[in-house]
Amino acid sequence: MSATSPSTPQTPATGTARVKRGMAEQLKGGVIMDVVTPEQAKIAEDAGAVAVMALERVPADIRKDGGVARMSDPDMIDGIIQAVSIPVMAKSRIGHLVEAQVLQALGVDYIDESEVLTPADEVNHTDKWAFTTPFVCGATNLGEALRRIAEGAAMIRSKGEAGTGNVVEAVRHLRQIRGEIARLRGLDNNELYAAAKELRAPYELVREVAELGKLPVVLFSAGGVATPADAALMRQLGAEGVFVGSGIFKSGDPARRAAAIVKATTFYDDPKTVADVSRGLGEAMVGINLDTLADAERYASRGW
Amino acid sequence: MTTAATGPAPGTAAPAAGPAAAPRVGVLALQGDVREHLTALAAAGAQAVPVRRPEELAAVRGLVIPGGESTTISKLAHAFGLLEPLRERVRAGMPAYGSCAGMIMLADKILDPRSGQETVGGIDMLVRRNAFGRQNESFEAAVEVAGVAGGPVEGVFIRAPWVESLGAAAEALAEYDGHPVAVRQGNLLATAFHPELTGDHRVHALFTEMVRAAG
Repeated sequence: MSATSPSTPQTPATGTARVKRGMAEQLKGGVIMDVVTPEQAKIAEDAGAVAVMALERVPADIRKDGGVARMSDPDMIDGIIQAVSIPVMAKSRIGHLVEAQVLQALGVDYIDESEVLTPADEVNHTDKWAFTTPFVCGATNLGEALRRIAEGAAMIRSKGEAGTGNVVEAVRHLRQIRGEIARLRGLDNNELYAAAKELRAPYELVREVAELGKLPVVLFSAGGVATPADAALMRQLGAEGVFVGSGIFKSGDPARRAAAIVKATTFYDDPKTVADVSRGLGEAMVGINLDTLADAERYASRGW
Repeated sequence: MTTAATGPAPGTAAPAAGPAAAPRVGVLALQGDVREHLTALAAAGAQAVPVRRPEELAAVRGLVIPGGESTTISKLAHAFGLLEPLRERVRAGMPAYGSCAGMIMLADKILDPRSGQETVGGIDMLVRRNAFGRQNESFEAAVEVAGVAGGPVEGVFIRAPWVESLGAAAEALAEYDGHPVAVRQGNLLATAFHPELTGDHRVHALFTEMVRAAG
């Protein structure tokens, strides 16, 4: 063994961009499920979830109950961390750096600075470079995604409209992001400066996206996925994986639906498999038509 | 930062020669960082293809099991009838390489398996999942790997496992913190870290050589 030879110092570096973004790369092709109890977390793990999002109320209940939605109780997050071996994520309010610090101290694997909770700062998001724990943030368009990445986000999810069981906004936001990336691909170097100004995003990031043809971090979809076909749709539209919030534990048979969504996410381009796993799942969550939702009730407009 | 997403630089890809020059190597594409392994294999001179079905497995000469969530990969392999075909191919001598979750999948035993978590097996070792800790403890460090010339590789350890104990037939190629983190047994190779995230394709070149040598 030459693993400890003096020429290769083994000083470990934690919290690097590669370690943070690399963590999200490991989640690709997978489903991240909202859970509110250790029992639900186990059901999610048994169904094949790649991670769980620990929160006090799923977005559908946050909508119903109203009031200020905050970071979850540390005891509840601990309970979920103890219950499963897969990564555990948790949400902080937008701009609430202390909630984020607390989540890092609790040892969660990813922090979602989330519009589903009530924003704590209407101007600034949290400086995510200051943390060892990686962050995922929502975005409705490319400029928003790049601003979050500039602040240190190591993963992006299209926002959709959480807690509605309606996939229409998830589709809109993912198409928007992908469409804007495709447009950048067609620009020459002179035009990229103006594009960066329009996107209100750093020029270096804009140029990187134009060259890669994708974000420099993993892109998932969130907000409104309720069926295996919804999950497969988001993957066909270019999402590298999906978050499912209320769609699982607000349905008739959560364990079966969760496993079915996992399978449909892997075989998203195989309609026969999606059909097979969609049989006999019981009731899907009821869902909300977006035209009945007042502007103030739209979470996707939170964040700037 | 270097990412593996941009594909091989011009001139490093395998020439368009016969199958002996560019062996067809699969990447198990149920979940995980499949694209990075496909890119690294192509840069190392293999013809890299994703594998999700038994018939796709039958068409490759070697297989990479990527990083990802080992419980998810195990459940999907079982649900889609891949676990037994994988075990048969590995028993029959197909070269296989696993990184992180892939290392767990190639281990004969897991110290702390979740209920119903099965592995393909093949390497006589006991692995401990998430051995280095949670994500906050994930780290990068230089790792010297026996059989990989040209200095240490950049070891990216993400909620990584380590090898708790190793059977006589298996050889530790690298250690970190007193635990084996790269292992070879015959045609099987496993690393606790993720070379596919670094843009350094030497470990994939070593594996591609193993596939070529296996014929």
